[in-house]
Amino acid sequence: MTAKVQQRKDYSLTGPENEHARSQGLAEAQWYESPIPRKRLKELMKRKDGPAIRDTSIWLGLLGGSGVVAYFSWGAWWAISAFLVYGTLYSSPGDSRWHECGHGTAFKTPWMNEVVYQFASFLSLRPATPWRWSHARHHTDTIIVGLDPEIIAPRPPIYRIILMDYFRLHVGFRELKRIFWHCFGVIDKEEKEYIPPSQFRKTFWESRVYMLIFGAVAAACLLTGSILPAMFIVLPSFYGHFLVMVVGLTQHLGLYENVLDHRLNSRTFYTNRIIRFLYWNMNYHIEHHMFPMVPYHALAALHEEMKADCPKPSGSLWEATREVYMALKKQKTDPGYTIYRPLPETARPYKYGIEQAVETQNIEA
Amino acid sequence: MSQPQGWVEAGEIGDIEEEDVIRFDYGERTFAVYRTSDDKYYVTEGLCTHEKVHLSGGLVMGHIIECPKHNGRFDFTTGQVKKIPPCINIQTYPVQIKAGKILVKVD
Repeated sequence: MTAKVQQRKDYSLTGPENEHARSQGLAEAQWYESPIPRKRLKELMKRKDGPAIRDTSIWLGLLGGSGVVAYFSWGAWWAISAFLVYGTLYSSPGDSRWHECGHGTAFKTPWMNEVVYQFASFLSLRPATPWRWSHARHHTDTIIVGLDPEIIAPRPPIYRIILMDYFRLHVGFRELKRIFWHCFGVIDKEEKEYIPPSQFRKTFWESRVYMLIFGAVAAACLLTGSILPAMFIVLPSFYGHFLVMVVGLTQHLGLYENVLDHRLNSRTFYTNRIIRFLYWNMNYHIEHHMFPMVPYHALAALHEEMKADCPKPSGSLWEATREVYMALKKQKTDPGYTIYRPLPETARPYKYGIEQAVETQNIEA
Repeated sequence: MSQPQGWVEAGEIGDIEEEDVIRFDYGERTFAVYRTSDDKYYVTEGLCTHEKVHLSGGLVMGHIIECPKHNGRFDFTTGQVKKIPPCINIQTYPVQIKAGKILVKVD
């Protein structure tokens, strides 16, 4: 089954789709939730420090170790692979730790979440305050066009931007531009849609700190006459971004827009322990969106509770990626193409949203 | 049993597990009723001040309620915000326990 979108949409938060989504009741709406007994949900939501302390220690150990190896590789042919490993360990867990600590669920102890959040925000080049609010909006209005600031690709997709973002060359430069302007007290109109004015001052000061760090790294490069310092700080956010993009593409692409059921617009896939460690279990993406209070270390257990109410997960990261690219290819000529995943007999029906939301998608068999 | 003026019955003490929260609707209004691990009861307005999500779906940790949607936190004994995104404190209401009933002063 496929769905067609009848008109090309404006994905900005300040365009006509914003008003359209609001008028259809899609803003801050009530979303579908799979039935899980309260007692069990409370067990799953329980916070712990242990798993995140263990995982953060392993991550920082690996990052430091790979950094030492990369340092000694500088000038040799194998520096490329050494820095690829370092950059991936910098960027990918940086992104997933930014995400989970932003929710405040990784650690039980609030200050631990905040310390790792601030650190990982810098590594992933997602300034702490603006991205906290961006992500809150993403959870309120997941893949609602005109409301969600974190939709990776529009319909039809723009391949040039997708390819650039494997090395963060599109979104990354937009972020640098925003950081620069924040230093002078300027917030762009998209950001004003989701950052409350009470948080502007904090946003400006964070960006000034980032600029100071950028300046210190640039100075170190000039003083040493080498790009090496930047290869360890700042540049890994770009050259190490590949895996962040690979897993990020699987989260929602090819699935429904403008619906009120995360089973329709989010993708869960099975994967190996290494990816799950780097990605902090965000391969259970339907589960995370439906119950964001469940910490990463309990998502596999949550999946077991929910799977009878969810479409079949993709079997691997490769399968999920292939599914995404097949959908993007079809959306290039048919922007309305949407992957439909049947539910098991044990599941409750999908919640497409209010009547108007279904009408605009003109579902056809 | 009639209640003192302004007080309404929000349920019985056995209705809430220790360190948990339930929803209580009264007319057009909605409240969240909390029971702590040391068996004390508190009541706040029922919806998060950030985006009107029912706090009764959230997680109680000590004196903290965490909103189920965006993980914002309030101290439900004082109503103070402890973690954004909510920026506005939540209203709290007086509670008393009488003959096993949870009474809330809603006015």
